[in-house]
Amino acid sequence: MPDFEGPIQQVDVDHGHYLWLIALLPFLGACVNAIYSSGLLAKAVEAFANLARSDEDQRHAPRKIAPNSVVRAVALSAMLGAFAVTVYHVVQLVSLKPDHRYLLSHVWRMARFGLLDINFDFAMDPLSGLMCCIITGVGSLIHVYASSYMENDPDYWRFFAWLNLFVFSMLLLVLGDNFFVMFFGWEGVGLCSYGLIGFWWKDYKKATAGMKAFVVNRIGDFGFITGLAMLFWGLGGAWTPESDYAPDLDQRFVAAAPAGEEAAASEEREEEPGGPEGSSHAKPEHKDAAQKPESGQKPDTTGQGYLTMTAYPGALLYLDDSRTEMKEGGKPLTPPFVRHQLPGGYHSLRIQPGNGVDDQLVRHVAFGGDKEVIVTLIGPTVTFRQIRDQLAIHEGHDPKGKHTFLEALKDRRTGSHMLITVACLLLFLGACGKSAQVPLYVWLPDAMAGPTPVSALIHAATMVTAGVYLIARLSFVFSLSPTACGVVSLVGAFTALFAASMGFFQYDIKKVLAYSTVSQLGFMFIGVGVGAYWAGVFHLMTHAFFKACLFLAAGSVIHGMHAVEHGEVASQDMRNMGGLKKVMPLTRWTYLLACMAITAVPPGLAGFWSKDEILFKAFTTKNIAHVSGVTIYVMGLTAAAFTSFYMWRSYYLTFEGTPRNPKVLKDVHESPNAMTYVLATLAGLSVIAGVLFGASWMGKLFGLDGPILESWLEPVLSQAKVHFAEPGATVEYGLMGLSVGLAISAWAVARYFYGENRAKDWDTKEQRVPGFTTLHNKYWVDEIYAATIVKAVLKLRLVLAGMDKYVVDGIVNGVSVVTRVVAWINGWIDSTFVDGAVNFLAEGTLKAGHKLRGLQTGRIQNYIYGALGGVAFFALLQYFLAFNK
Amino acid sequence: MQPIGLVHYLTVGAVLFGLGMFTVMTRRNAVGILLGVELILNAAALNFVAFEHFVTGGVAGQVFTVFIIILAASEAAIGLAIVLQVYRGYRSIAADRLTDLKN
Repeated sequence: MPDFEGPIQQVDVDHGHYLWLIALLPFLGACVNAIYSSGLLAKAVEAFANLARSDEDQRHAPRKIAPNSVVRAVALSAMLGAFAVTVYHVVQLVSLKPDHRYLLSHVWRMARFGLLDINFDFAMDPLSGLMCCIITGVGSLIHVYASSYMENDPDYWRFFAWLNLFVFSMLLLVLGDNFFVMFFGWEGVGLCSYGLIGFWWKDYKKATAGMKAFVVNRIGDFGFITGLAMLFWGLGGAWTPESDYAPDLDQRFVAAAPAGEEAAASEEREEEPGGPEGSSHAKPEHKDAAQKPESGQKPDTTGQGYLTMTAYPGALLYLDDSRTEMKEGGKPLTPPFVRHQLPGGYHSLRIQPGNGVDDQLVRHVAFGGDKEVIVTLIGPTVTFRQIRDQLAIHEGHDPKGKHTFLEALKDRRTGSHMLITVACLLLFLGACGKSAQVPLYVWLPDAMAGPTPVSALIHAATMVTAGVYLIARLSFVFSLSPTACGVVSLVGAFTALFAASMGFFQYDIKKVLAYSTVSQLGFMFIGVGVGAYWAGVFHLMTHAFFKACLFLAAGSVIHGMHAVEHGEVASQDMRNMGGLKKVMPLTRWTYLLACMAITAVPPGLAGFWSKDEILFKAFTTKNIAHVSGVTIYVMGLTAAAFTSFYMWRSYYLTFEGTPRNPKVLKDVHESPNAMTYVLATLAGLSVIAGVLFGASWMGKLFGLDGPILESWLEPVLSQAKVHFAEPGATVEYGLMGLSVGLAISAWAVARYFYGENRAKDWDTKEQRVPGFTTLHNKYWVDEIYAATIVKAVLKLRLVLAGMDKYVVDGIVNGVSVVTRVVAWINGWIDSTFVDGAVNFLAEGTLKAGHKLRGLQTGRIQNYIYGALGGVAFFALLQYFLAFNK
Repeated sequence: MQPIGLVHYLTVGAVLFGLGMFTVMTRRNAVGILLGVELILNAAALNFVAFEHFVTGGVAGQVFTVFIIILAASEAAIGLAIVLQVYRGYRSIAADRLTDLKN
């Protein structure tokens, strides 16, 4: 842990007052645009007012759609508001001490099952703060751009409603304090992506592109939820005094020294009325151990100790279990995050969870000299912070002091593999789906069917980085499994290489950028895979700037090209472009800068710093198994050279040389200011972000040890234990030189073939290059998928249909036949026996009536005879009974 | 010769009741039946008065008797009126011939 001083340091729950507002604002924006701007509200009001009338004309009256200016104002103010609140909270984070940078805003409790609390909580730590800045900042810029780009679309309001909803989902994803809130966002962004890719749904191809993205993402989501379940299952237990890891329904708190320090704690749970002596279920030897902890190696209880505590939001923590002290006004500490300095010695803690449901006692926690003790809830949990704190526990509730929590978790196996590895790989499958990695990348190039601002926002800057964010967020889990890390980095490296090569000979400018995005995401996965989590996140950030800039610049070009080429495909085809630098100077400069940033050519721009850091960390990593870091490095280096080639190719084909159609230079004009200013801002960020956040000397300027971003993310990522070789500065500069040299050579190659004075028939020449067909057709991956998986699924559909027809229907029909037979038998029994009995009774009554009616003669004398006979009978009876005793 | 007591009254009452019952049972004439009923009622009234006088002492029995007399008078009036109407309809007052409601 970093340095710490001061008597009481406490991060209060209420510190993140307005975190919920960040997510709420875009949601409100989406709601207003979807309900008010769409004319739905006005129509509903009108329909309500004219409830009595129901003429057809009124029903089919056109909706009064709000003017574009209203839609724009709503969407933009929502975004800018969210950005302002984000900045407010990030400033608040900066003002806190590094290891206290954690804000929490408890909104409501969604559910409580047994031990599991699912809270709708927002949390902001440096990582999610950075993500929020990117999402709301770059998001706002893209909104500004889109407000001009989409100006002539009749469904303006729908576009912005979706776009705001997307930002809301993305913010849920990054601000969620636990897996559930994150999962809402995770699904939400998938949904919005579907809606935005298929925004022009009247075009069949675009609609299906949206569906493809959605379906491919479902495979990843399956991995995500399964991985979550595995992880949850792995945590679901506690250890027994016999060092076994057993499932346990008792809620427990554990106090322990963090990893690497001497054990100095013990744990016991008590119910409120029982009192300290009323513990019935604690085993005797355990109790002894609790009262005389570590008699063999007595901890040093002099000096000061630190207490770190995590529990429910709103819980109260009382020191030394002194209820009298509580009454006298002993102020409780408020988790979820407490760090408190105490004098050395034995203390006991009383923890009262939220709502005062019950109350736990942790007795006799020893505070040694300047040692730290962590008290945390153990067992199944979905909250990132609690999982993290559990994994920090080194020594615990075990008299022998051998079996640690971490080891117990590591020992859990499913089949022959570590449970953590399996859980991580499944979570990584989820990340692959969202972040378009092999084998689930196929949806991203098709997603370019959506409007260009969507491509920039969703498919470059935000949503596709969700997978990288997930792994960085769970760095403390992933770092436990070298195998999983190896797979992550290998998949990343392979994707980087594979997608880069597919970008070689594309003619659609957006397709080039799409493959570039897939490739760059691969770089990010190399980063988080090899253990350089901050470098992966760094690349995520720089990529958000330069790729958004590239996409928006491409959008600007397409916007301009519409003056000449009216077809969707033709306006994006680079074969129709060229020489645009003369008519679109601003767009050209921004594209050029972003291009330099992504290809890392001249040292200094954003991509250079992040990519170089990733490659260097890959070269020196010691955190991955089954694959060597050097292999990853070589693959990454090659991919970087490829990137340089295809990016410069796209630049030269678009902006340099002469267009085939001379009308291009005459009719194409620069885009409106709303678009070009956004481009300029993003280009500026691409230029400075790298050196500002990634350069060590810049960090030193601010008095930090490393680059600013590394120090900023350090509290979040510090628990992941990662190791790198230190080959020295010579190797580092050598590698840097190598990558720069390769990038420049690739630039030179691109310039030679596609530069200013490219041959007129460059495209026919290109087609003679060996392997052109393979690359141009993207290795036929889509076709292979169609021929194998899709076909297999369709075949399976036939099998299932057959199964439905013959097996399921057969069973159903069989059941119906049996039912009919039974019903027939039942009917026969009914008509014969039941009806027989009923009829017999009725007829018997009738016959009896006929017989008995003769008794009623109507003659009074007869009745009197009867009455007298009765009296005589009873008189005689009485006589015999009374007198013959 | 013993003084006249409860038993004597009851004996007279029983005889009256027996005669009344006999009349009711044997007469076919509706008027005769009504006469028999009068005898039965008077037997009951006699018993009321006798039991009141010899057993409980008071006036309740006499009150009942007054009611019975009133009842008997009303019954005779209504009964004779019915008999008169029956005679008009059937030209007969034999009770066993009034069989219109049978079957």
